[in-house]
Amino acid sequence: MKNKRSLFAVPYVGWMALFVVAPIVMVVIYAFTAAGGGLTLENFSRMGSYAVVFTRSFHLALIATAICLLIGYPVAYMISREGPGLQRVAMMLVMLPMWMNFLLRTYSWMSILENTGLLNRFFSAIGLFKLLNTVFGTDLEYFAMINTKGAVVLGMVYNYLPFMILPIYSVIAKMDGSLLEAARDLGANSFGVFRKVILPLSLPGVLSGVTMVFVPSVSTFAISKLLGGSNELLLGDLIEQQFLGTAYNPYLGSAIALVMMVIVVVCMALMNRFGEGEEQAVML
Amino acid sequence: MKKGGIFLNRVFMALVFLFLYAPIFVLIVFSFNDSKSRTVWNGFTLRWYVELLQDRQIMNALSTTLLVSLLATVIATAAGTMAAVGFFNMKKRWRSPLLAINSIPMTNADIVTGVSLCLLFVAFFGGWETFARWLNGAQSLFHLPARLHMGFGTLLIAHVTFNIPYVLLNVMPKLRQMDKNLIDAAQDLGCTWMQAFWKVVLPEIKPGIVSGALIAFTMSVDDFIISYFTAGSGASTLAMVVYGMTKLRISPKINAISSLLFITVLTLLVIVNVREARQEKQIAQRRL
Repeated sequence: MKNKRSLFAVPYVGWMALFVVAPIVMVVIYAFTAAGGGLTLENFSRMGSYAVVFTRSFHLALIATAICLLIGYPVAYMISREGPGLQRVAMMLVMLPMWMNFLLRTYSWMSILENTGLLNRFFSAIGLFKLLNTVFGTDLEYFAMINTKGAVVLGMVYNYLPFMILPIYSVIAKMDGSLLEAARDLGANSFGVFRKVILPLSLPGVLSGVTMVFVPSVSTFAISKLLGGSNELLLGDLIEQQFLGTAYNPYLGSAIALVMMVIVVVCMALMNRFGEGEEQAVML
Repeated sequence: MKKGGIFLNRVFMALVFLFLYAPIFVLIVFSFNDSKSRTVWNGFTLRWYVELLQDRQIMNALSTTLLVSLLATVIATAAGTMAAVGFFNMKKRWRSPLLAINSIPMTNADIVTGVSLCLLFVAFFGGWETFARWLNGAQSLFHLPARLHMGFGTLLIAHVTFNIPYVLLNVMPKLRQMDKNLIDAAQDLGCTWMQAFWKVVLPEIKPGIVSGALIAFTMSVDDFIISYFTAGSGASTLAMVVYGMTKLRISPKINAISSLLFITVLTLLVIVNVREARQEKQIAQRRL
């Protein structure tokens, strides 16, 4: 009887085979296929020339993830300490920007960061450039903010910060309050409670937050194109060019996508193992 | 905690929210700007809102976006709930690997999902063409179109594919939390299993279904990368129109349409939240 009801899953299992597993198999096949057909490893050996892009992507994504964690964790923690009404409103405010498509929001950053953009106009209106120029004898007219690595990182942090806040918040909010009381009764000060109880228990939320920020950051292509100009090519841009752009070569594109996928999966597996160890330590 | 600490915390939170909302605020303000500039204020106008209604490209993209998001949400919610019931009744030996596959579209980078689906569609269309030509040559009763293109259909498939996992993962915990005796009780009282499902199980897991559907819709509206790779030239969502415009200059009409969407969502959320808060208050009062 019980097994019969599991048949409800059959349509979805079929769907997954067709649209989740088969496409990934396609990527693997393409990655090992030469442009003219036939098995080859050439796509991978050609990738050496893109090592710069690989390191840049992982570097920028790591920075963005670290900043998201540094901002997102305190925010999630503070929200969970507020009253229930304020908590609800705050979480709504965290989710709400996602309803305006991320491209639009990133585009809006362009007008803020441009050389003649709103921030530079604001700085010049309050006389910051005049001040700096007279103090340091420089000839500044604007801060070059757009088309830099910093702008790309800002775009990543801006777009993916909610993905860090949400999982951390949901873990902290579900935490058993009596644990905190017990820790306090046993003599821990508020920093001790945080370090010995809250932080270890919230680690699963941190891990899923880190994943949810790092993966889209390392693979983004629109953010780098809008805020990084043409100087800061990322892995995502590289893949996009191979499929829909000027350098049409889906075989190379698949190989790059495959390598990126494998690196990400390995990173996540390592991190999860590390995380599990921590959890067990807490339980002991 | 000390009062100063709380104050500093609030200031920090306010700064973070300012960071999150500053670009949105800029976008909305410049939708009323009486010039094409996106940085210089030239006076108030509503002309972008008027012109918006006559812009075919944007209105088409808007309807594509809303239609694909709504359809994908409805399909994914129904399919995901059904799949969750199936998974729940499955032996763990089968469930664990299937749940792992289920989480692939969520953990995989969007670009990998998009690219891999794109490859699949192209390969399928290639195979279809050979098949259709062979079939059309072999008989003359009916004629199959030989050339298929990516468009709304493929876009919808992609959206459903990345939406179902969210629904499933929201419904599964609710099924687990449910008291299993409820189904037995309903069946003892004469319900068939189907009736028990509709009358007992569904109301119990409804919160999970609703939040799953909400997340699915949010993901659909916010998505650009997967749509970009799976819609081909046959359909374009708002995000794709915006992306096409970034190469030249984005029309303030885009600011106008996004402001309208944002205000709509904000109003809906406020209404829902106020109603929920009121209901909770009533329940609390009744308890007193």
